[in-house]
Amino acid sequence: MPKITFISHEGEKRQVEAENGISVMENAVKNNIPGIDADCGGACACATCHVYVDEAWREKVGKRAEMEEDMLDFAFDVRENSRLSCQIEVRDELDGLIVRTPEKQF
Amino acid sequence: MSEPPKNNSNGAGAADVIRTDAVIIGAGPVGLFAVFELGLLDVRAHLIDILDKPGGQCAELYPEKPIYDIPGIPVISGQALTDRLMKQIAPFGAEFHYGEIVTALENIRDGLWRVETSEGKIFEAPVVVIAAGGGSFQPKKPPIPRIEDYEGTSVFYAVRKMEAFRGRHVLVCGGGDSALDWTLSLAPVAASLSLMHRRDSFRAAPASVGKMRALVKAGAIKFYQGQPVALHGGGGLLESVEAKGSDGNFRVACDILLPFFGLTMKLGPVADWGINLRENLIPVDTEKFETDRAGLFAIGDINTYPGKLKLILSGFHEAALMAQRAFRYVHPDKKLVFQYTTSSSSLQKKLGVSLKGTRGEGI
Ligand SMILES: Cc1cc2nc3c(=O)[nH]c(=O)nc-3n(C[C@H](O)[C@H](O)[C@H](O)COP(=O)(O)OP(=O)(O)OC[C@H]3O[C@@H](n4cnc5c(N)ncnc54)[C@H](O)[C@@H]3O)c2cc1C
Ligand code: FES
Repeated sequence: MPKITFISHEGEKRQVEAENGISVMENAVKNNIPGIDADCGGACACATCHVYVDEAWREKVGKRAEMEEDMLDFAFDVRENSRLSCQIEVRDELDGLIVRTPEKQF
Repeated sequence: MSEPPKNNSNGAGAADVIRTDAVIIGAGPVGLFAVFELGLLDVRAHLIDILDKPGGQCAELYPEKPIYDIPGIPVISGQALTDRLMKQIAPFGAEFHYGEIVTALENIRDGLWRVETSEGKIFEAPVVVIAAGGGSFQPKKPPIPRIEDYEGTSVFYAVRKMEAFRGRHVLVCGGGDSALDWTLSLAPVAASLSLMHRRDSFRAAPASVGKMRALVKAGAIKFYQGQPVALHGGGGLLESVEAKGSDGNFRVACDILLPFFGLTMKLGPVADWGINLRENLIPVDTEKFETDRAGLFAIGDINTYPGKLKLILSGFHEAALMAQRAFRYVHPDKKLVFQYTTSSSSLQKKLGVSLKGTRGEGI
């Protein structure tokens, strides 16, 4: 099972044993990771699952889809490495992934 | 965001009160279907919603996304479901009050409830159905430090009167239809108008985007690519907005900021009505979906009971059972007969269909 590390805005690290085939958001929720609200349950309709993907992982994680890009308009402090974590599917390739949660989901 | 409710409770004459059988708070899918179930039992309804359209979450959050678990409909979008519900309930002539938030709810005497809205409307009915879902839709407030100090003086999340911005230096933030529509409408009114968005593409209708770009080209308005991060000014009066752009921070001088970052659901006034809540939800029984107060019902996402599922189909079922009980409050002397829409000519009359027509449209 791939491991994912979530780092909070305050710098607190939490590593989880992630499940393949479901999203980074769903893995976060299952493991009670704070800082990911996921109000819409993963429908790419709320932008409250915003994360910053660690630079080293950006390429492997891939690019935002168009719908996700639109939805990011509703997030705060969007950066180059911003993604909606419900749109990243976990797979073996992402073993070791590091994402940071923003100060506030909005 | 809404203006304080006007105090109509003393001065207003009885003529101002809208009397009806049932008031439904919330025009989401479940509130809409309640009109149908109540209508079959001759209970007339008024619906109130803060949104300017029906459909609740389906229409506001996911109009184009598919729903796969509506019985008998393998796939339907949030907007299409809303449209079909509107068509289905049309025969009952319910009245809709959009853009109003229910601010107050009280039991004025046994068997009579009073509902008040932000626009000062007053309703009285023996039955009130709370179908408030996840709460009322309210504008998202960007988490910019000290933004609350400027709210209502320099920062507004909705435009009530355009005249209020005449001669002002206005900055609109966002890339959706609200941001673009207000940019276009306020450009001729404001002393100066700027639009800020985090990228150079927009979700808004292409026609509005085209008009906006033409105004920018003509020098009538300014466009900045960036995201607001700080407000500068004092005493509630804004002087400039600091934004983060691709080449670092910059400031835009303005005395009005209009952020349009979409809507979010907040429980809102439901919490103020003295109803017993459990984790922001309204406990009901599972026989009639009534609260612990006679004539006050809660259906859909807003209620809770053992085994509750926040699904549209569950809300529909709740509406049907609620209506059976509501009938007794509204027509205490009439007998309730169980009937099928397929075979009851009296139900078909209410629906405006006749047996002869059953081979027609919609089958
Ligand atoms: C992205 C997403 C996907 C979903 N997919 C499915 C699915 O596939 N299947 C399914 O069954 N469900 C799905 N759901 C859940 C479904 O949308 C909800 O269960 C449903 O919308 C609940 O309907 P409702 O009428 O109870 O409330 P809502 O749809 O939440 O509507 C409530 C309305 O009440 C209004 N309101 C609240 N308080 C006040 C007030 N004080 N004054 C005035 N108006 C007020 C609100 O503005 C709102 O319009 C999904 C939800 C989301 C967000
Ligand atoms: S959970 Fe709502 S957009 Fe990801």
